[in-house]
Amino acid sequence: MFGIEDTYVSLAYLLCILSALLCVIYGAINWNRGDEPVDSADVRWATRQQQETTEEL
Amino acid sequence: MHLAQSISPLEVVLTLLYLAAVAFLGWLGYQRTKTTADYLVAGRKVHPFIMSMSYGATFISTSAIVGFGGVAALFGMSLLWLTFLNIFVGIFIAFVVLGGRTRRMGHRLDAHTFAELLGRRFDSRFIQVMAGLIIFLFMPLYAAAVLMGGTEFLATAFSMPYVVALLVFGIITAIYVFFGGLKGVLYTDALQGSIMVIGMLFLLIWAYLSVGGVAEGHKELASMSDQVGAMKAIGHRGYTATPTFGWGRPADLKPGMPSPYDMWWIVFTTIVLGVGIGVLAQPQLVLRFLTVKSGRELNRALAIGGPFILLMTGVAFTVGALSNAYFFKHEIVRGQLVSEMPADVIIKKVPGKANQTAQYTLMHIDTDSPPDGKADVDLIRPADPADVRVLDDGRVEVRSRASSIRRAVGSV
Repeated sequence: MFGIEDTYVSLAYLLCILSALLCVIYGAINWNRGDEPVDSADVRWATRQQQETTEEL
Repeated sequence: MHLAQSISPLEVVLTLLYLAAVAFLGWLGYQRTKTTADYLVAGRKVHPFIMSMSYGATFISTSAIVGFGGVAALFGMSLLWLTFLNIFVGIFIAFVVLGGRTRRMGHRLDAHTFAELLGRRFDSRFIQVMAGLIIFLFMPLYAAAVLMGGTEFLATAFSMPYVVALLVFGIITAIYVFFGGLKGVLYTDALQGSIMVIGMLFLLIWAYLSVGGVAEGHKELASMSDQVGAMKAIGHRGYTATPTFGWGRPADLKPGMPSPYDMWWIVFTTIVLGVGIGVLAQPQLVLRFLTVKSGRELNRALAIGGPFILLMTGVAFTVGALSNAYFFKHEIVRGQLVSEMPADVIIKKVPGKANQTAQYTLMHIDTDSPPDGKADVDLIRPADPADVRVLDDGRVEVRSRASSIRRAVGSV
């Protein structure tokens, strides 16, 4: 495969390409998934950040 | 001026443009930094492209490309197992299994640094201080290696004194990190990552074209298995072959002799497993997960990060190994032999003791046509007599293979 006779080295060469493809495919399938709704903890965090900023300014 | 004499105007312009872009991005980071969260975790709202490029550019440092590229030239393509782990463990597992959880945890705990994340997760001030202390003590060692890589490049490319190059590189980095915060770092990382992609793509295509194509290049490399010289004693079987595997030391091995299994253990335990899995624990990478808003950004960044790492270490290790075939095919010196003389060459510097030297023959060759009698190329005479030929017109032809100096050192 790829002009490389050693099975383990040609396997490594192939796995490098396949693992990069796996990342692309997984990322493409889940492109719009994983967005999380804003919950009360986020609101508290944002309020605290805003308060800190106001105090710093 | 010395600097202007050694580099072309185009290189000066490109370097200035690059420095201006870095300065602008550092300034942009400074402008967009209003809160502690902005400074330490880039406001937790970073674009997936910028996050993935920054993760990749931080992951793949000078040591991965220059250092391990050189190791691949020495050990061959079995190092590609490290690229596989870099992508599968360092990117896929890191983003899919650890990234989302780390991001959520960091967000909920309002953690801004790796040490703060650990301290708050385990509700322990001791863990936070210890983690911070370990990073503070040991990260400079890694940073020093990366600084050295950049400094070596600056000093060589621009013929600058080493200390000046180190100061220039260090000060520029310090300015954009200090003023731009993590936003400045991420923006400059994304720029550097994009430049790296273009450079590595060019290197890959150029390298394969130089050796006659993918399969041809690999076959050429395989045919050079006799070039590994002294490395054969530790199990090197060629640049496209896996080193010899075995446990312990063969019974018939004389005391003091290296084991024929040494290289396999160096490649697969120290390099492939050590570096390939160890990456999951790097605090500067874990911190990147805290910079994005949700798991969606991580999924999008994953699609960019995988091919990015393939283009970085995959290309560096492949081209590193292929450089042996390239030098064999293209680095042939032809000219009039002006003189030959024995010379002591330092092969190992030993601190506090006399340097270890070996005697070689230096060849001084005039490659000008017509020859002017003055040598313009000086090289070590290759150990293999077949690498030096006298042509019909009296000129000499020397195949200065990448491995010839190493073989000469190995034969001493």
